[in-house]
Amino acid sequence: MGTFQIDFGEDRHSKIVGIDLGTTNSLIAVMDLTGPRILEDAAGRKIVPSVVSSLRDGRLVAGEPARELLLTSPEQTVYSVKRLMGRGVSDVQDELKLFPFRVAGDSESVIKLQLGSRTYTPPEISAVVLRQLKDNAEAALGAPVSQAVITVPAYFNDAQRQATKDAGRLAGLEVLRLVNEPTAASLAYGLDKRKEGIIAVYDFGGGTFDVSILRLHDGIFEVLATNGDTHLGGDDIDNLLLRIAIEDIGSDGGPSIADDPEGVQRLRRAVILAKEELSFAPEAKISLDYKGTEYQRIIDRPLFERLIAPIVERTLDPCRACLADAKLTPEDIDEVVMVGGSTRIPLVRTAVERLFKAKPHTELNPDEVVALGAAVQAGILAGDVQDQLLLDVTPLSLGIETMGGVVSKLIHRNSTIPASATESFTTAVDGQRNVLIHVLQGERELVKDCRSLARFDLKDIDPVPAGFARIEVRFLIDANGILNVTAKDARTGKEQSVEVKPSYGLSEEQVEAMIQESFDRAEEDLRERQMREARVEADSILLATEKAQKNDAWQNLTPEERGTIEKAKQDIQAVYNGSDYRLLNEKIEALNHATQNLAENMMNTAVRGALKGTKID
Amino acid sequence: MSSPSRKFYEFFGLERKLDLDENTLQKRFYELSREWHPDRFSRKGPEESARAMENTAIINDGYRTLRDPVKRAEYLLTEEGFPIGEQRSKDVPPELLEEVFELNMALEEMRSGDESARPQLEEAKAKFVGMRGEIDGQLKSLFAKYDASDSESETAKQALHEIRGVLNRRRYIENLIRDVDKALNPAISAGETLEDQL
Repeated sequence: MGTFQIDFGEDRHSKIVGIDLGTTNSLIAVMDLTGPRILEDAAGRKIVPSVVSSLRDGRLVAGEPARELLLTSPEQTVYSVKRLMGRGVSDVQDELKLFPFRVAGDSESVIKLQLGSRTYTPPEISAVVLRQLKDNAEAALGAPVSQAVITVPAYFNDAQRQATKDAGRLAGLEVLRLVNEPTAASLAYGLDKRKEGIIAVYDFGGGTFDVSILRLHDGIFEVLATNGDTHLGGDDIDNLLLRIAIEDIGSDGGPSIADDPEGVQRLRRAVILAKEELSFAPEAKISLDYKGTEYQRIIDRPLFERLIAPIVERTLDPCRACLADAKLTPEDIDEVVMVGGSTRIPLVRTAVERLFKAKPHTELNPDEVVALGAAVQAGILAGDVQDQLLLDVTPLSLGIETMGGVVSKLIHRNSTIPASATESFTTAVDGQRNVLIHVLQGERELVKDCRSLARFDLKDIDPVPAGFARIEVRFLIDANGILNVTAKDARTGKEQSVEVKPSYGLSEEQVEAMIQESFDRAEEDLRERQMREARVEADSILLATEKAQKNDAWQNLTPEERGTIEKAKQDIQAVYNGSDYRLLNEKIEALNHATQNLAENMMNTAVRGALKGTKID
Repeated sequence: MSSPSRKFYEFFGLERKLDLDENTLQKRFYELSREWHPDRFSRKGPEESARAMENTAIINDGYRTLRDPVKRAEYLLTEEGFPIGEQRSKDVPPELLEEVFELNMALEEMRSGDESARPQLEEAKAKFVGMRGEIDGQLKSLFAKYDASDSESETAKQALHEIRGVLNRRRYIENLIRDVDKALNPAISAGETLEDQL
């Protein structure tokens, strides 16, 4: 039904939303006149678990329902898919030992996961979560949402960023900007109120760890250096406790829980509850009623801290490297901001405080701060926030393969983005038409130790003697941290065509095909809905007709009229279970038409009955 | 590396001097960023957005180049027709020959886990850091010499020529320091062991 739209003068543009697409949880926020605000779903929940489950009919659901399904049908459910974004099968062998990912056999440079009867790439799975967030936001705002800022771990490489952008497109969102999570958090903290200073953001989430050091200057947030580990998070602590609990249960001589996915997921949840409790209680109990046996284990804080100390320690090396890159010492850090659920752990807080020699900020909810910051960035893009500006950096050096498998660096890590470099290439053979450029990311010297990003094929080079061609290739890392390559022939000045072959990730064609497919599926969904609606209509008219047939008016119809109605009823029954809603609607219309006389007769009878005994003057 | 068509000094509105005031440069960087950052153009058309990105890339590349005295000098040398690319030789400066030979032996020992080489390496590092300091002093006075002269003059050309020589020596010493650092402290000097987990 129509509702009043209150116009705040923003009619020209719909809201740009800010999305924290997390390993464990995701949130969506917008910028209001008063500041950033998380949007809730219809049930008033802010957090959408980053879990996707396939229902029996093949539909995918995300969020809380999927999280529940993780317990009852773990085989139909995926979580922590962010760990697989932009990665190939060979990258994730370690991960596969710890996570119940069901990788499909035909996976290559892009992983495919088996979910129900189909396979999906990680961007497709993430798109389901994004779509849920989008739906929630549209319901909360009462307006369509089509543009978004999405956050990524600062240490995400090009392929991981591209995969996130692809996920946005698949969910029907134009991704205006990818923002690094720690940087977004610093925006949310509104630390610009402090005009000058150096801050460190320590972001320990469900699956990733980032650290960034920023200089604040009059509303400008300039990232000086960033570092991290894209495969280190609260998940690792869960897995640690889970292993212990599985061993315990095994050693009790009971049935082996490790081979029972449902049991493992229930145990995982019990372990997470205990972990969370240990952040404020001196001890917590992992307890699970498994196949009639009560498993219980008390873990106290000192034991917990001994267990997780190596994981916490692994976050400190990137912090030290980040300080070194920023050419700073701990004494230079004025403030530390804590982000991510894992920073609730007291040991993490003490470790950070000790390293940076500054008391960490924990005022904002560490689960929400990244989404709030994304909304601030959305406000900056919309022009609503004028005084703040983010200058971010690329986390990894970019280089090209040269002779002997050595990488020649073109853009160094911690360069402010957009950043660019130009390099000349020539041909080695007379008449050579193609030059293949292999681009890599990473800090090591050798190709084999860096991350292959893509191969760029310079095509249709003018056939000239060897060494004569001069192709100038420009490598540009944009404000999203994603590489763009253009080339021109330096002799003729004409644009040179470049074909991109991503090493890990979807090609443009694949993304297009997926978007098309999702349109097709949306159409299918629409057809199905219309069919259901037509059936409801058919039910109601059939019921009404049957009722009418018991009325005196039925007997007043001619035999032909009665025959037509019976025929029309049978016609509806015949197409009722089909899939063509138009045909069913046609038959409904036919019955409607055939019963017109009957309806009129009934109406007249009713009116006469009502008028009976009423004196008309 | 950077295409010569990109006039960083002009873009920043700065005189072509080798001795730049860091604060002035930073101030210009922030001003230009506020003016051109792509974030300010996301509601604009594709052409304006593209131009914003191009200009911001120049601002960032320029700031990165100009704020570092060594990179700044290398950039100006290239611009003035003294390319440093081909001069990058691995040849050991003669006065360092003996020193480097001994250093390499110590590095080998250290890398194979022989901690007894540590004091020698630390001593060598201190010495090289001292040499780098001296070189930076030389650069500073050569910068002043260049800045004081007419950029077309023989004096200026002579200064650039000398700067190129000093930069090569500096680069060599810089690499030695890096190698020693790596051997002394494999964990931190990396960023490198971290990428292993990627």
